[in-house]
Amino acid sequence: MLIKSRRASSISENDVTPENLYHDRRDVLKKLGFLGAGALLSSSKSYAGGLDFFSSKDEGFVTKALQFKQDALAEGEILTPEKKIITHNNFYEFGTQKQQPAELSQSFKVNPWQLSISGEVDNPLTLDYDDLFSMFPLEERIYRLRCVEAWSMVIPWIGFSLQALLKKASPNSKAKYVAFETLYDPEQMPGQKSRRIGGGIKYPYVEGLRLDEAMNPLTLMSVGLYGKTLPPQNGAPIRLVVPWKYGFKSIKSIVGIKLVKRIPKTTWNILAPNEYGFYANVNPEVDHPRWSQASERRIAKGGLFAKNRIATLPFNGYGEEVAHLYKGMNLRKYY
Amino acid sequence: MPSLVLSVKQKTLLSKFFIHLACLLPLVYTYNLAIADELGGDPVESIIHFTGIGAFNLLLLTLCVSPVSKWLKSTVLLNNRRLLGLYAFTYAVFHVLNFLFFEVQFDFSLFINEVFDRPYITIGMVAILILIPLAVTSVNLIRKRMGRKWQSLHNLSYLVVTLAAIHFYWSVKSEIIEPSIYIGLTIIVLALRKRKLSRLIGIQK
Repeated sequence: MLIKSRRASSISENDVTPENLYHDRRDVLKKLGFLGAGALLSSSKSYAGGLDFFSSKDEGFVTKALQFKQDALAEGEILTPEKKIITHNNFYEFGTQKQQPAELSQSFKVNPWQLSISGEVDNPLTLDYDDLFSMFPLEERIYRLRCVEAWSMVIPWIGFSLQALLKKASPNSKAKYVAFETLYDPEQMPGQKSRRIGGGIKYPYVEGLRLDEAMNPLTLMSVGLYGKTLPPQNGAPIRLVVPWKYGFKSIKSIVGIKLVKRIPKTTWNILAPNEYGFYANVNPEVDHPRWSQASERRIAKGGLFAKNRIATLPFNGYGEEVAHLYKGMNLRKYY
Repeated sequence: MPSLVLSVKQKTLLSKFFIHLACLLPLVYTYNLAIADELGGDPVESIIHFTGIGAFNLLLLTLCVSPVSKWLKSTVLLNNRRLLGLYAFTYAVFHVLNFLFFEVQFDFSLFINEVFDRPYITIGMVAILILIPLAVTSVNLIRKRMGRKWQSLHNLSYLVVTLAAIHFYWSVKSEIIEPSIYIGLTIIVLALRKRKLSRLIGIQK
């Protein structure tokens, strides 16, 4: 695979390209016949945000350009600026405040990496760092991400479908659920070491899906965003993206995927079962006990006066693709 | 050589000047950043937290004034109590307005639903409503006219700080350490008035 590295401090074209041009420009190239030319277009440092103060000491995490098949932005939607996507993160392993993951994760080591697929499968396998980017053709998926805290973003992810990965492992007939686990490494993840930084959730972070949810074509294993590999604060080197569920289901920095018979434990459900269910489908009808889920603030460009409150859609607007998975289920009970 | 010894009046003026600076500059600076979209990924969340914590800090400081000035026998400090209290109120008002203007964005039915349906918001709102008469009656003229009733009214600040502590603790998802520290600080400022509080509660019994 083609990997171009840049030093964190070097400015690239992309740093000076507004998000709206990012896509227009690529369309032009596509028409000129440069299909899959993503690698030519984007490579830049992971934005260091608050780290700028320390930039003399810390160069920041270096992301690499990826080759991938491009996706189109849906009508009427605007991409959330890259800078916001990589500086506004819930990743308690690197701190509970939104800007902390971007500040505390820049020395995170993603290579070497091992992701194992095990449990009720005929063909258990382990992917190393390079496999994550080369085992499957990469494609861009522009998805809405709806956080349980009632804000949302539109993110151009890059990855491959979880379905493809699971098929490779070939689940056996006992497999009913898929359990995911984040890396546990307190030396690298200060939130796992210190309760003060990590917010007192149980580590390692674990999540789960029903097998049919995992096999849905929308369910993505993401290895990049905005044309490049993921920065650590967004879950490098590989994370799950389940766009019709609240963001906390989309577990980051995954080391283990296990096919299991029974419903697996999930981190937020362990902490507060009355607030966070196993399913966690985006549902404007079912409020979080402490705030409404009927609407959300879409984080895009714009400061304090941005009018960004919009109605929340059932299944985050992906009902056509996924509502059939929950036919006949009482979604108030299985929230 | 002019004398460096300042009168109580001069010291009071000087300390008021610094309180104005210390309270206003961060407020103006932070709002500027938020308006320019330079305050993190979500300036709305940032400004709500900034004004909420700011109000709580100022309220705790205000409640430290009278015990500390008694201990130091300082009139200057006591002369600044009202100003600190009014800034606590100001930050608290900004906190609510941020929620109305920028979080729910003038959706009044959502605002009212959130205030009544969510106990932690209800509690915060009650705290701010109590602060309004305290702020209004802080004017010297009114204070004098109220006589002993003034102190009884302003004893409600102990209730306000307690509600603020609960509001903060209840609002977080899992990161309870910071709100727990604030509960501790609240207990300390209340403990400084142990005798007065037990008398107040005794009267109510």
